[in-house]
Amino acid sequence: MSLMLKPGTRLFSAVCSTEMIAVKAPGVPVDITIGGATPVVAVADRPSDGSVADGYGGGAAMGKRYVDADDAIELLCTKPGDGLPALNGVLLELKDAKAMPASD
Amino acid sequence: MHLASLVDMVESGFDERVLLGSGADAVTGSQLGSLVRRGASTLRGVEAVVYAGENHPLLPVTLLAAAWAGVPFVPVNFRLEDAQLNGLIARYPHALVLADDRTVARITAPAITLDNWLSALPADAPVTEAPSNDNDNHNDDDVAVVLFTSGTTSEPKAALLRHRHLMAYLLGAIEFGSAGEQEAMLVAVPPYHIAGVANMLSNIFAGRRLVYLRSFEPQLWLDTVRAERVTNAMVVPTMLSRIVDTLDGQPADVGSLRTLSYGGAQVSERVLREALRLLPDAGFVNAYGLTETASTIAVLGPEDHRAAIASDDETVRRRLSSAGQVLPMVEIEIRDDLGIVVPAGEPGLIFLRGEQIAGEYATGSLLDADGWFCTRDRGWIDSDGYLFIDGRVDDTIIRGGENIAPAEIESVLLAHPAVSEACVVGLPDDEWGQRILAVVVLRPGETVAAEELRDRVRAQLRGAKTPEEIVFRSELPHTETGKLLRRIVLQELTSRDVQRND
Repeated sequence: MSLMLKPGTRLFSAVCSTEMIAVKAPGVPVDITIGGATPVVAVADRPSDGSVADGYGGGAAMGKRYVDADDAIELLCTKPGDGLPALNGVLLELKDAKAMPASD
Repeated sequence: MHLASLVDMVESGFDERVLLGSGADAVTGSQLGSLVRRGASTLRGVEAVVYAGENHPLLPVTLLAAAWAGVPFVPVNFRLEDAQLNGLIARYPHALVLADDRTVARITAPAITLDNWLSALPADAPVTEAPSNDNDNHNDDDVAVVLFTSGTTSEPKAALLRHRHLMAYLLGAIEFGSAGEQEAMLVAVPPYHIAGVANMLSNIFAGRRLVYLRSFEPQLWLDTVRAERVTNAMVVPTMLSRIVDTLDGQPADVGSLRTLSYGGAQVSERVLREALRLLPDAGFVNAYGLTETASTIAVLGPEDHRAAIASDDETVRRRLSSAGQVLPMVEIEIRDDLGIVVPAGEPGLIFLRGEQIAGEYATGSLLDADGWFCTRDRGWIDSDGYLFIDGRVDDTIIRGGENIAPAEIESVLLAHPAVSEACVVGLPDDEWGQRILAVVVLRPGETVAAEELRDRVRAQLRGAKTPEEIVFRSELPHTETGKLLRRIVLQELTSRDVQRND
């Protein structure tokens, strides 16, 4: 199932506590999953059951960014959880971030 | 992205975490989100939220509620004279005007205090509005914040910062949620300064609790750091200088303070060295940026400070007076007067490009066709990419066809132990075009002959950069955030010369 994704779209995993927000997105429907399942875009729609699919767990970490190989989609983790994001069934990659000293 | 997304992120990531205040007044991320949506619900039909006042523990609610409602946040300098203050507010006839208790009576337009606005908010946030990015009010290209520049060289201008600029800065410079649960940021800079806006947004983005000083006072600042176990703080150089004076040579005893950043104006190296000595456990960070660049674009970090202090290598030592290295998402070029990019080590005009570089006033954008912004600051970059700021190009003295940066001469004067402040300006001169004049403020109880100071400049720089005249004064005019008001100094000296020639 595809989801319309644009910058600012919030994604709630349907199978774990992971929450993401789209930082970069093409503005067209995409086949995105978290923990192997299509996420929901409103917390009220979150199902109460379900589990992370094999190969799609391992932990999404607070503040980390996840990108696809083409750099078309970037998701930022706003709440950690077991499920990892994937595009067309392929896990997104953890984006390298250089730590800057807090300046303000 | 839009700043409204920051509200979503706060509610998701920091629902239980205290982001504002402490004790009974603590506000968690979910409470902040609720306040913001309740605040925004009062803004229908309003074209802007103006804030005229000092700091307030719930100040971020005003900016974020304006963002959620899709209208600009316009913090104005409440210390302006009544006519000027009301003149700025009158530019927004359909705004909600919020003020502090003392300022509200001075405002001629309808205005209410921030406290009264907060206490009259509807009890409940509107139930499940559309997700913020489906909201028609939320366009990344809208103006998020309007700031009036301090106008050290000309009249104040309205600088526009759009949502995409501020979010580009946050996403590029800070990792979301990177602050530890115990971290707290002490805000001492006023709300109408870019550093005040950046303090608010950066620390909420990092998940760091914000503690506000209503206005700066050095002993109160030290007491608050201790009482609130403050880990991070940002000051402008005059504040740092007053903290150092208050400590009077005694170590600061602020063990919780891990990061002390300073910026907003050129700091005196003597004050900085003394501060490093009295706060030995704090990591010092120099942040350089402009209102028009949506906050910081270059950072000199704690390691850079330590290396500069410890090194025997002059190249490393002098980095203590640099602005550090440019953030990875910002491009920089130093160009000469003909617009040609100069190599490392050579001075010129600083140009910047990047997603956070707004470079726009209410009168129009200053970005060129390729997106470059001329900062009108002069500077140079050393071989390892450290940026040195020589001051505003508008302050550059042209004597006998040669460009002379006042900052270079001022730093020689300031290194003299008797000198507390220095301001070097160029006055009209029939022979040289401009001649160099230095206004010097001595430290209490100190004396020094003008000739000794001139000799010092001549020895360290050269004859052409030696002030023709040195004038002693008891003080120099500054903005509230510590920027030297050269315009005023120049006006006074020019009128003095006119009277003298009459």
